[in-house]
Amino acid sequence: MLRLEKRPAPSRFWSASAPILAVVLTMIAGGILFAFLGKNPVEAIRTIFWDPIFGEFAFYYRGQLLVKAAPLILIAIGLSLGFRAGIWNIGAEGQYIMGAIFGAGAGLAFYPSDSFLIFPLMIVAGAFGGWIWAMIPAILKTRFGTNEILVSLMLVYVAEAILASMSSGLLRNPDGMGFPGSRNFKEFPAAHNDFIIEAAGIHWGVVFAFLAVISTYVLLSRHLLGFQIRLTGESPRAARFAGVNPSLLIVFCLGLSGALAGLAGLFEVSGPAGQISIDFNSGYGFTAIIVAFLGRLNPIGILLAGLLMALTYIGGEAAQGNLGLPAAAIQLLQGMLLFFLLAVDVLSNFRIRRTKNEVA
Amino acid sequence: MDTTLLAVENLTKAYPGVVANDSVSFTVRPGEVHALLGENGAGKSTLVKMIYGLVRPDSGVMRWNGQPYEPATPHAARRTGVAMVFQHFSLFEALSVAENVALGMEDPPKMGELSARILEVSDAYGLPLDPERLVGELSAGERQRVEIIRCLLQDPKLLIMDEPTSVLTPQEVEILFETLRKLSAEGTAILYISHKLEEIRSLCDGATILRLGKVVGTCDPREKTARELAELMVGQTLHTPSRESEALGDVALELNSLNLKSANPFGTSLKDVSLSVHAGEVVGIGGVAGNGQDELLAALSGEILAAPDAITLNRAAIGGLGPNQRRKLGLLTAPEERLGHAAAPDMSLTENAVLTGTIREGLTQNGFVKWGAARDFANSIIEAFDVRTPGPENAARSLSGGNLQKFVIGREVLQRPDVLVVNQPTWGVDASAAAAIRQSLLDLAAKGAAVICISQDLDELMEISDRFAALNEGRLTPPRPAKGLTVDEIGLMMGGAHDMEVSHVEA
Repeated sequence: MLRLEKRPAPSRFWSASAPILAVVLTMIAGGILFAFLGKNPVEAIRTIFWDPIFGEFAFYYRGQLLVKAAPLILIAIGLSLGFRAGIWNIGAEGQYIMGAIFGAGAGLAFYPSDSFLIFPLMIVAGAFGGWIWAMIPAILKTRFGTNEILVSLMLVYVAEAILASMSSGLLRNPDGMGFPGSRNFKEFPAAHNDFIIEAAGIHWGVVFAFLAVISTYVLLSRHLLGFQIRLTGESPRAARFAGVNPSLLIVFCLGLSGALAGLAGLFEVSGPAGQISIDFNSGYGFTAIIVAFLGRLNPIGILLAGLLMALTYIGGEAAQGNLGLPAAAIQLLQGMLLFFLLAVDVLSNFRIRRTKNEVA
Repeated sequence: MDTTLLAVENLTKAYPGVVANDSVSFTVRPGEVHALLGENGAGKSTLVKMIYGLVRPDSGVMRWNGQPYEPATPHAARRTGVAMVFQHFSLFEALSVAENVALGMEDPPKMGELSARILEVSDAYGLPLDPERLVGELSAGERQRVEIIRCLLQDPKLLIMDEPTSVLTPQEVEILFETLRKLSAEGTAILYISHKLEEIRSLCDGATILRLGKVVGTCDPREKTARELAELMVGQTLHTPSRESEALGDVALELNSLNLKSANPFGTSLKDVSLSVHAGEVVGIGGVAGNGQDELLAALSGEILAAPDAITLNRAAIGGLGPNQRRKLGLLTAPEERLGHAAAPDMSLTENAVLTGTIREGLTQNGFVKWGAARDFANSIIEAFDVRTPGPENAARSLSGGNLQKFVIGREVLQRPDVLVVNQPTWGVDASAAAAIRQSLLDLAAKGAAVICISQDLDELMEISDRFAALNEGRLTPPRPAKGLTVDEIGLMMGGAHDMEVSHVEA
């Protein structure tokens, strides 16, 4: 009989190698899945994981990698702080949408001005939009003890409804001949989140994502607030004993993750997406939850996990186009990644022992 | 001789990384009250679990009246005539006494009949108990009687009791001992696990002493002093805490009619608690667990806020201040629960030093933690309090209970508090570590700090306290000088006889 035995201290080795093992297991299980769908599993896995970086058309895909990874990383970094403290913001998708609406709205209000202040203003507005949307579950939780998981998740659907209303109402392009969707930011240079280095896919969102990774790393490892966040997650009672104010921490963590998700939305709408449209959001806010855990809630890990997840997006699209794999199969693959990670994760805190059957 | 009831021969049981019992042998005669004595982790629990059929030995044999005895399950052990009262009760609060008893029996009789038998047994052994009452309404001592009666109804030949007195007041202990003596006189053998030496000396006829899984001695406890027993148990000469100065300073901490509703629905609210503690004094606060100890500590640490004037520190009202503001003013605390309250289990000792040390040790600069200074502070605790660990980078949960407790107490003591409040400072700690911790509290008081020690260990409180008070259902008795207090008086204080006390306390 196999039995799990708690390790006296978490294993560093397994903590670091669990994500790699999870990726390998995902590839194997994904390959089996693709084989059942009648595709060549080796080719499918290669198309998803290998070709975008080293294949024939890699020059195109490589730039896409950072474009896709930046919003994931930005959102996941914010979420990871809350997750570490045991504060579960599941509604980053909604905060992402509200950031895009606020940011785009702030820019479009000044159309067609060419002031250099417009883009910074949009950044502030985008962060504010995400922040204010996250403040709703934060204040409901601290005031009335509601569950932030439910409230933040429900607010995603509210945000989607607002997005639909905005793109066919208030923010609709006046010159768009009645079609839903805002003006395109590519035609509004002062508000456009253009590439800084096009070949590498670096735009302002990528820069902000890197800054977020670095400052979060410093916050968690060096700052007292980061220590309090970790302490609260580890043991809430000890945190209270250490003088941590749980309400303040909830407001801070939800607020910061909302603001970062809002920023991600703003950079996306004013850059790669180009406009507010009914189906502008593409699930980054939910995928970022996987990224956060895949990266072990560690800033550097999230950077790597974001790149990996972006790869499955790009490779997945390529596999849909080239091999005719259904989109659901790709989503399944991404879900499997989290599933396997959580399963393998057990090894960092427990060791497996073979035991003789003992009388209970 | 064939008067041996149970003989244990060379019993060995190993768990991964530790040999819990290493070739343990001892015998119990019918009617004997036999003590199993040892520190935490000495292997007492594993040993009785093997006798009760909960754990199977790796090697060795047991004999029951000369016959081989290999209980595969507690069920088999009970049929043989072994019964056990656990330290933690397994009772359903929403059921009546009789229903609870029926649940634990092999084949319970009808309810009416059972109630009659419960009354009969409780009468015969001096254990008053109403079979129709709900267990939820009973005190800890009464709940224990339910467990004991459940065992007695099965007419056991051997009754195992695992630390039975840890939840009882002295009066309840006396009732229990009467019962046990009566049982023993009727020929029932009793295996009594405890580390309370005085109890064992007054109750037991024989003792087997375990240290690190091995038998290190057998003796007649009535012929040994408590100190000799303790030294056998620990394996080294014990250092008795002592103190130098007796001079008291001004009032350092004052509680003025502190009322506090417990945040926990099962907690105890504090009612009208008043106390003043002088610099250089140790005040011991006793009481049975669950009478407001945790709440009192939380109120003093600042985890629960009170009315500002209800708590004053050096005459400043601090009832409304949080933990760190109180630390800044000199009030430090150490809660009972080491893992998860006083320390974060998965964090390193350095990080755990930061947990309470940021303010007084200056471990932060512009909000950034000075990890170098934190490590130095952790190292100085480890050194000053002889914490056995490879280094400050180790996780708190990797330390043994005693070592972590030394770290937790040391962390507060080294911050030079004006007032230190500790709850159960030596709970689950081996005797030598306990002596070191008590000594450090006395040294702190000798240097002019006020110390409040909340504890359920009366011996400890009598050893270090200048004055003694007791908590009962959230009320605190007026403190009385500890010197000269009799066990009866302490028992009355713990039982909540407030009015009697007031009449002879001097103003």
